[in-house]
Amino acid sequence: MHSTTVEPQRTDRLLSSLYTMWLIRATQDRCEQLFREAKVRGAMHLSSGQEAVAVGTCICLGPDDRLVFTYRSHGWALARGMAPESLFGEIFGRASGCSRGRGGSKHLCDWELGIFPSNAIVGAGLPLANGIALAAVRKNEARVVVTVFGEGASNQGVVYEALAQAVIWKLPVIFVCENNLYAEVTPAHQMRPTAEVADLVKGSGITAAVCDGMDVEAVDDTMRPLVDRARSGGGPAFVECKTYRFAGHMTGDHKKYRTSEEIASWRLRDPLVVLSDRLRAEGVSQESLSEVRDRASAAAQAAESAAWNEPEPAPETIGDYTSAWAMTAR
Amino acid sequence: MTRTLTYAAAVNEALAIELARDPSVILLGEDIGVQGGMFTVTTGLYEEFGPDRVMDTPIAEAGFVGLATGAAIAGMRPVVEVMFIDFLLVAADQVINQAAKLRFMSGGQLTVPLTIRTQQGIAAGGSGPQHSQSLESIFAHVPGIAVATPYTPADAKGLLATAIRTDEPTLIIEHKGLYFTKGEVPEGEHLVPFGQASVRRKGADLTLIGFSRSVEWCLAAAARLADQHGIDAEVIDLRTLVPLDVDTLARSVATTGRAVVVQESPRAASVGTDIATTLTERCWDDLLAPVRLVTGLGMPVPYARTLEEQWRPSADDVVAGALATVGRASAESSA
Repeated sequence: MHSTTVEPQRTDRLLSSLYTMWLIRATQDRCEQLFREAKVRGAMHLSSGQEAVAVGTCICLGPDDRLVFTYRSHGWALARGMAPESLFGEIFGRASGCSRGRGGSKHLCDWELGIFPSNAIVGAGLPLANGIALAAVRKNEARVVVTVFGEGASNQGVVYEALAQAVIWKLPVIFVCENNLYAEVTPAHQMRPTAEVADLVKGSGITAAVCDGMDVEAVDDTMRPLVDRARSGGGPAFVECKTYRFAGHMTGDHKKYRTSEEIASWRLRDPLVVLSDRLRAEGVSQESLSEVRDRASAAAQAAESAAWNEPEPAPETIGDYTSAWAMTAR
Repeated sequence: MTRTLTYAAAVNEALAIELARDPSVILLGEDIGVQGGMFTVTTGLYEEFGPDRVMDTPIAEAGFVGLATGAAIAGMRPVVEVMFIDFLLVAADQVINQAAKLRFMSGGQLTVPLTIRTQQGIAAGGSGPQHSQSLESIFAHVPGIAVATPYTPADAKGLLATAIRTDEPTLIIEHKGLYFTKGEVPEGEHLVPFGQASVRRKGADLTLIGFSRSVEWCLAAAARLADQHGIDAEVIDLRTLVPLDVDTLARSVATTGRAVVVQESPRAASVGTDIATTLTERCWDDLLAPVRLVTGLGMPVPYARTLEEQWRPSADDVVAGALATVGRASAESSA
């Protein structure tokens, strides 16, 4: 039973976010398992625990907006609307994958959805995002570009080059920092000269905000006005989302850098728990919440099966998507 | 119709024509606006096309090469000036990991019509170890980016125009010692295709292979070889390193049986060693002697005049290399 004090639209929106977050969690858990069984190639960088950041940001975007993100890519791609079979296809190195099996887990692309290939070089995406935004400005297109990076990237020089560009040219870019506390497997605060990442970026003059990245509504509330402002010519913004990844930096990392007490304390703030508790408090039945979770699991499972059944790229396609000039060089 | 222009003016003309014909062309770089660029190449373009088309950037090569790459993917045709190729190393990630790979790793969903213009080499001299390098081989080694090294003003114009119009990321490496050389340049639109070397001098005895400024030394050496040694050298200007016109080289070597590759850059793991290997594989039956290289020294470019002159290959070195290739003592060249 829905509480009469909660508007149904809001409940539907939150249930929709809950679904996407469960879909991300289900795919991430499945990837962890497939890695353990040695069924996928290469390491993956999973985002279990960080779902609220991706979903809370992407629900603020319109169809023409663009996303420039990182190798911790799966959650963002799904939040932006990538079909899960397209994601699994890429992870499995299938020709049906979103990047035709050429990029893999770290390089997910669906330009129709505005998903720019996720980047495996820390900090490298930020100036690229600015360029995409500059093109939109020059062509009078009302696009916002969201670029995502971890707190570890705050040590990369190019990040500050990009912040300066966005401010001096007033570009419609939202810089989203997912602060999950660990730069790969090193506590990020040990590598940072300031207490907060936001303190580091303030010198650029950019509008900066900090939000609870474990709460999808908090992310939405912080992000939405800044996205709208950027779209109407108000310039860029930086948002630090405080979050935590339950997964390792990558599949198979040694996990020695975190205590079980620390992980347990963050489990209490699991974004799925936070949102489910809120919906329950607002009158949504446990049955409805379970139905959302089951539907997401079933979708992930069906997508995985479908992707396994797709063929790998044929050997004769090796030259596809390469430069004609480079290939004729020898 | 042609008329005489400097190399710098020819580049300027290509930029002006492309800016005028395609509104998606934009220029970015350090000091290229009101200041017209450190080598005068963008003179007058800011005044003609305005700050939205001719953008001065902060001194932050990774940042602005990255920004240009993003803009290229999203529908612009940016032409970036990187003042010295030495500085392009600061943006190596954006060139090598990003621009050169984005089409491929997107599964063909993206194209990258990005042009990077830069310059390299020794000109008047005295620029020292970090402003004199020739680094073409680093970039020619990376799959996914085309590399052009114009020698004549006409090619400086035509190769740049082709680069701007193609959807491939391209690196145009000009030479600071060529900016104020003059040559005949076609008026109006002038396109030079990538992957077609130019035979600058016909010859039957020996093939001298150069690119960028080394063509100058090849031509000077060929004149001396003819006058003083009765050797008829063919001179080939590669024009582009990626793609490389191996066919033209192989055709020439089929006639001459001998080849010398001349480059300002050091030898190790370079375009020159690669050409020597390729010709050895492909032309073994035609070769009468090993393919030789004439290159800069494998050490940083020195500042002092005496040392810098010793570092850089010269027409004398090309003559010596040619004589060695035809089996004559190089001592003859100093006669």
